[in-house]
Order: sequence, then C-alpha cells, then structure tokens
Amino acid sequence: MASGRMLEDLFDINRDAFDVTLFGAEPHGNYNRIMLSPVLAGDKTFDEIVTHDVDWYREHGVNCRFGESVVKIDRKKKQVISEGGMTHYDKLVIATGSASFMIPVPGNDLPGVIGFRDLNDVHKMFAASDKPNSKAVIIGGGLLGLEAAAALNAQGMKVTVLHLMGHLMERQLDPAAGYLLQKELERRGINVVCKAHTKAILGHEHVDAVLMENGTTHGADIVVMAAGIRPETRIATEAALRVERGIVVDDAMVTTDPDILALGECVEHDGTVYGLVAPLFDMAKVLARTLVDETAKFVAPSVSTKLKVTGVDLFSVGELAEGDDREEIVFRDPGRGIYKRLILQDDRIVGTVMYGDTTDSSWFFSKIKANEDISEIRDTLIFGPAFQGGEPLDPLAAVAALPDDAEICGCNGICKSTITNAITGGAHDLAAIKATTKASASCGNCSGLVEQVLAVSLGDDFVVPAAQSICGCTDFTHEDVRRIIKSQQLKSMPAVMQECGWKTSCGCHVCRPALNYYMIAEWPLEYQDDAQSRLVNERNHANIQKDGTYSVLPRMWGGMTTPDELRAIADAADKYNVPAVKVTGGQRIDLLGVKKEDLPNMWADLNAAGMVSGHAYAKGLRTVKTCVGTDFCRFGTQDSTGLGIKLEKMLWGSWTPHKVKLAVSGCPRNCAEATCKDVGIICVDSGFEVSVAGAAGMELKETQPLAKAATEEEAIELTIAFVQLYREHARYLDRPHRWVAKVGLDWVIARVVDDIVERAALCERFEISQSVYRNDPWAEQSTPEFEQRKWSPLADLTLEAAE
Amino acid sequence: MSNWIDIASLDDIPRRGARVVKTHLGCVAIFRTHDNQVFAIDDTCPHKKGPLSEGIVHGTAVTCPLHNWVFDLKTGMTQGNDKGSVATFGVRVEDGRILLDVSRSASRLVA
Repeated sequence: MASGRMLEDLFDINRDAFDVTLFGAEPHGNYNRIMLSPVLAGDKTFDEIVTHDVDWYREHGVNCRFGESVVKIDRKKKQVISEGGMTHYDKLVIATGSASFMIPVPGNDLPGVIGFRDLNDVHKMFAASDKPNSKAVIIGGGLLGLEAAAALNAQGMKVTVLHLMGHLMERQLDPAAGYLLQKELERRGINVVCKAHTKAILGHEHVDAVLMENGTTHGADIVVMAAGIRPETRIATEAALRVERGIVVDDAMVTTDPDILALGECVEHDGTVYGLVAPLFDMAKVLARTLVDETAKFVAPSVSTKLKVTGVDLFSVGELAEGDDREEIVFRDPGRGIYKRLILQDDRIVGTVMYGDTTDSSWFFSKIKANEDISEIRDTLIFGPAFQGGEPLDPLAAVAALPDDAEICGCNGICKSTITNAITGGAHDLAAIKATTKASASCGNCSGLVEQVLAVSLGDDFVVPAAQSICGCTDFTHEDVRRIIKSQQLKSMPAVMQECGWKTSCGCHVCRPALNYYMIAEWPLEYQDDAQSRLVNERNHANIQKDGTYSVLPRMWGGMTTPDELRAIADAADKYNVPAVKVTGGQRIDLLGVKKEDLPNMWADLNAAGMVSGHAYAKGLRTVKTCVGTDFCRFGTQDSTGLGIKLEKMLWGSWTPHKVKLAVSGCPRNCAEATCKDVGIICVDSGFEVSVAGAAGMELKETQPLAKAATEEEAIELTIAFVQLYREHARYLDRPHRWVAKVGLDWVIARVVDDIVERAALCERFEISQSVYRNDPWAEQSTPEFEQRKWSPLADLTLEAAE
Repeated sequence: MSNWIDIASLDDIPRRGARVVKTHLGCVAIFRTHDNQVFAIDDTCPHKKGPLSEGIVHGTAVTCPLHNWVFDLKTGMTQGNDKGSVATFGVRVEDGRILLDVSRSASRLVA
C-alpha cells in the first residue's frame, strides 16, 4: 500500500527516472489494507479495495514479481537476492509493513490463532465464520480489534473482545467516549471485557478457549490477535541497517545506508512507529522526492482516527490530555448518546474526541491543522459550523431522554409514561401528580425528577423549584441520580456521568464518593469499588489524624475481648511505638499515632491474633455496643451480649450512606445507651424493643420505636431490613435520623415491619451485598502486593548521600 | 540546571491517585490524573499540613483530605476562597517511567 502510493508520487514527478522492479510476498498487487475490515464485514469486496492492479503496473512499466520474497540484501554489490535470483539496484526501497503482535502467552502458536494484517487472515476468518454458532475471541480493543469484532459479529459469530486497559481504544478515546462505544457494541451482542488479563490460549490440535488470569474462560473457534503491530524488519536487521522498533529513517526517509530508503509501518521516524494511513501517504510523498534528488522533509502529522464500523460514529484527533494551559469544552447529549470534547490551548484547538455525531469533525480538524485562533467563536464553538450563535444547552435534556418505561417512582412503581399521561390528563403540578399517580407520594425522593418531567412536558408553563444539585458537576440532585442509576441500569462511573450529562470529565471530591457509594449499594456484584473515589480514611482503612498519622482500631465483637487479644494489642502498641492507647465510646481500644507505612504490618500482627478491622473509619457499620445481659447481670432479661455479637457478625463490612452504630441493652435500665443509636434494641421479659433513628452527635435525638420483636431472629431481621432500606434510599452523608425525618417513620414501618414480603426482600438484598463486602480489608491490604503498590513511598531520596 | 531522576514506573501510581517521594525537605507528592498526566507538588497543605497525596484527584486538581482546600496541580495554587499555594516540581514521563527534577529541592537545601 505504501509502495503503491510512493510509485504514484514518483511517476507524477518523473515518469522515466527509474526502472522499477516490485517484489511482494503476497500473490497480488497493492490493495488498501485499512479497508480489510469492510471486506471482512461484507460491506466491500476485495476487488473494490485494490488500489493498483496488474494493468496499472503494466501501464507504468513496473516489473512485478508478486509472490516472490526477497530473502537478502547485499549492500556491497547493491543486489537483492530473491527466490528468482539476484537483482541489481541503484536505489532500494523497503516497504515490508508489519505483522500482528502475538501476545506472549502459552498457546499463541495454536492453529486458529490469527493476526489481522492481510487478506490471508481475512480468508481464515471467513472460513471460521461459515460454521454455525462459531465463536471468536478478539484480543485487543483498539481500532483494529473492534473493527474485526464488529465485522465478525455481522457475519454471525459470537464475539468476545478482551481488552487489557480500563476502556476501549484508550489511545484515541477518553473514558466517556470509550463507555459509549462499549455500550453500542454490547447492544449489538458483542461481549466486551475490559481490564482483561489473558493467561493462556487453550486447545490441543486447534484453539478452543482463552483462559484469563482470574480463572474464567471464553470459548473460541478462532482467536484474533489485535493487540498491536510488530514492524517487519528482519531483512533490514540482517543487512545491518539500524533498526530499533522499526527500520530507522531520517526526515528524508533514508535509512543508515544512503542508497536504501524505507517507508510505511516497517519504519521508525524520530522514535515513532506509525500504524495509521495518513502518515504513510506523507512518507510516500517525501520518499518519492528524495529519490529524484529533491529536498523534502517528513513531519509527524496530527493523526486522526475514525472507526470503520457501520453505524458507529467516532472521531479522535490530536492531544486529548489536559495539560499546562489547556482547557476543555465538553458537550454531552445523553438522549442521543452524543459526546464531544474539545481540548484548547492558547485559544486554539489542539485535540478533539467525538462520539455519536461526527459531522463537524472535519471542521474541527481543519481548525487544528490551520492552528486557527478560535477565541471569537469560543462560546458556541462546540456546536459546530451550523450553530454559531445557537441556543445554549437544555439542562432538561437528560430527563427528556429517559424512555417511557423508565421507573421514576420506585416506591409505587410509577414509570415515566404514567406521569406524562397524567400530565396530558390535566395534572399540572407536583401535588396533582401525587394525587393521580402516587408518584413521589411515598418517600418523596423522586419529587425532583417528577418536577423535571413536568417541566419537559409543559415547557415554560412549569417552573421547576430550585433543588440542590450534588455539586457543580451536575444539575441533578442526589435522589435524581440514584433513580437514574437504577432505572437506566448504569453500572460504571463514566456511564453515570455521560447519561446524567456531567459537566466535568471526571467529577470532583464531592460527587465522586457519593456516586461510588450509590453504585456499590445498587450493583454490589457488578460494580468494582473505586478506591480513588474514596475519602482518605476509607481508602486507607484507618482514620487520619491531624498530624497525618493514623489510628488503628481492631473489632471487638459486641464489646467483648479476651486476655490474648489484649496481649496482642499491647504487643502491637509496643512494637510500633504507638504514642496513645484509648478506650473508645464504642467499647473498643484505639491505637493512635500510627505511621502510614506501619499500617499493613500492624494489621498483619493483629490479624495473626485473630482480630479484624473495626471499620472505625467507615461510612458503614461501626460498633454494636452491649451490656453483659443475662450472662452476669441480675437484672438482665435476655442475652443482650449474644444478640449484639450476632448483629455485628451479620452487619460488619457493609457500606452505608453514613456511619451506623448499634447498641443492645439487656433491660430497660439501658446500660448500653441504646436509645441514642441508629438502631437500639432494649431487651424486655417478653422480647425485644427495636427502636431507630437516634443520634448523640451534633444533634441529640432519642430513638423512635420501630417494632417489638418476640424472638431474637425477628429482632435481627428488623434491624437488617431497616439498615438495607437506609442503604437503598438515603442520600450519601445523611445519618439514619436525618433520612427518617425526610421520609417519615410511618413510611419506614410500612416497609420494614408491616410488609413481611418486603422485609424478607430487603434482608435478601442485604445478604447479596454482604456476600461481597463481609470481609476484612486489613487482611486484603497487608499483602506484599499492597505493600509495594500502596503503603510504601514511591521513592526515598533521603537514602541517597547528600552532596 | 535540571537534574532528572528516574523515580518509578507510571503504573506504580493509580489513575486519579498519588504516591509520595521522600526527600530531605519533606515529601513530594507525585500525582497521576485520569488521563495519565503527571504532576509533582509539595505534599504538605499550607493550611493545617494535610497530606495532599491522600486527597481525591479530579481533573488536574486535588482536594486536601483534611479540610477540602483544592489545589491546581499545574500551578500549586489554591482554588476558590482559600488563599495559599504549594511548591511545584518538574516531572515528566518518558517510556512509561516517571522522571522528577530534583534540582529545585537541592538548591533549596543549599539555601
């Protein structure tokens, strides 16, 4: 392909300068390699992508030696040696291209493992896709891999894409555009796995599966390697030309031998190897002029990328990173799945990524190439050439985009169309909607969304009362975002930010911890906790103190301990020179003033003595305080200690909107001070009085009675159901008493106490979440891997001798 | 005169995260943003000495974990109403390795 283009350029300048002989290993002439994907997809035939056929070469007097490989270059005699003998040259041009990079795992040489570089590969893929129900695994979610995936999917294969990085096409796209692309491919039935580490390719005679590091396997009739290219440089290396990653050429495309030139994917220019077509064409132009002794210089161009998948509009060019003096303009239209981002520097566009609507891409690209000053049109720039002076963005677009069956009110199961129908029927304010549909008539959390549906439907006739948005990154409230996460099944942070029209590319310190919690609560099995969106205490599993040291506090189940545990705590305090040891209000022992790098070692010591994290730092279950109950106390009516321990063992490790503290007292004398806790249980002769929503912090609140339980099991169920309801509905950083004040205790009682089915469902959902989260973070994070990647300094320059 | 020292691999720092480098003048925090830019600033918040490397990283800013002062990683300046700044250090990435310019900290040591 590169050679064909170069010959065109050469003949344009001087038809008779050279007698040309063309060698090629493939049995046909030049074809447009970047159009192999449309051939594979069936959108084009091979003949349509041929750029130079036999007739063209004959017309131009080129002696074609197709199907004949050059095996050696003899630089002294200026000859190339091929299967057909020796051929003399005055100037030699190497354009050997590249081969697919085969990732170094066992089984990568099995039959059925193929690259995606030439027509032969395409034929192999066609053959595989002919079989019914055949499966393909594509390794690499870059440009080429995704084109292959879409094409094979269109041919009817079951396709899985394995991508090592966190989002698709990470070199060209940012996470938001990567999310939209993944969503589209999944909609087509392609299985996309990011952060996928391939361990081995399995099979005996032929490939039949791919094994991942985490133990999962993906069945495969073929495996397509699309994880990068390897410049084809063997012939140059053997001829002792300088070769790094590719054959090294100077600005004039000349190698270290003045009579040997090179171009295309096999070369390296200024440290860069190119796999895209535009630079190859530039190289061809330069090389042709060098051959006829004209001066020409190859300059690395701005390279734009367009994914050749039918129905996917995606464009990326230039610099996508934020940087010194760079600013960004972001446009999102959740309804139409559009994302555009411009990166500006010194009033000029230096890069752009667009998804969903790329009609303006060439306009932006031309402004990048022309280095045009855009300060005059900056305010409307993002809307493209047609909209200079256009209307500002509609903040209600995201709500307008919600489908008719999107559930708006979770309590009463009311979807958007029910509300819009009621509006058409004459309900024109929130109270009327409540009365006619019951939407937002229960907990009221969705009232903001209902108002926005009213605004979308009624236009200027309805003024949305100002509601507090989460932060400056969004116009939505906490409650709105939670409902959209649920109804739109959003399972990643880029997904939420896109569908809710976030105004920043990655949120801020206010919204990110809240979103992280909402995702954990909604999708405990699917969502991966994001440590970088957690505040310091939860990220480091210890409480930071004002001097930057931390406190370590092991769990004491129900406030009970043993001499062995106390010895281990004392040993740890000695060993790590802990400056202060404090008995806390939660019936445990706090070790204060621990250095960050000592944390994992101290945890390992405490783990060895059978202790786990007390989560004293968490927006999660803290403590279950108890009195000694019937075991020792002459007034005790029930085993309050035993119940407290059972509750703590059920609830520990769970994440909640804010911290949760429990207490169980063995009699109404209430020695465990249960009546100022989030959940307090008082044992009486006839059972257990469960009360909720107390507080003893900035506000002092006595608990309110939830229900009376006859048995210990029922008391536990009521407690768990209450905590789960709180987890599912409360705003991040609202303690239970503030949440109950908003939704009303009656609403809580109706679900937790009166509705036995709902109570059981709440307990079941809590248990599903706990199957992931009921574990000890100390044990996990005191491993050598965490020691190396998290706890120790990146480098210690104080160890080097001072000059 | 710049004095570049190879500190670590880019992958040793999580995206939207930070790690510290200990120097004779205290810790320097090396940040990696969501789009793989790297910045180096003094780890100590001028307000109440909070460790900035433990803050939440968003865009090219970090929020101090103690009292939510927000610093621009590019300039070391605070944003919003809080007034203050921290020192910035030269840092760059080459072939996946992080290089830190230690000349500034060295000259301050002499001074």
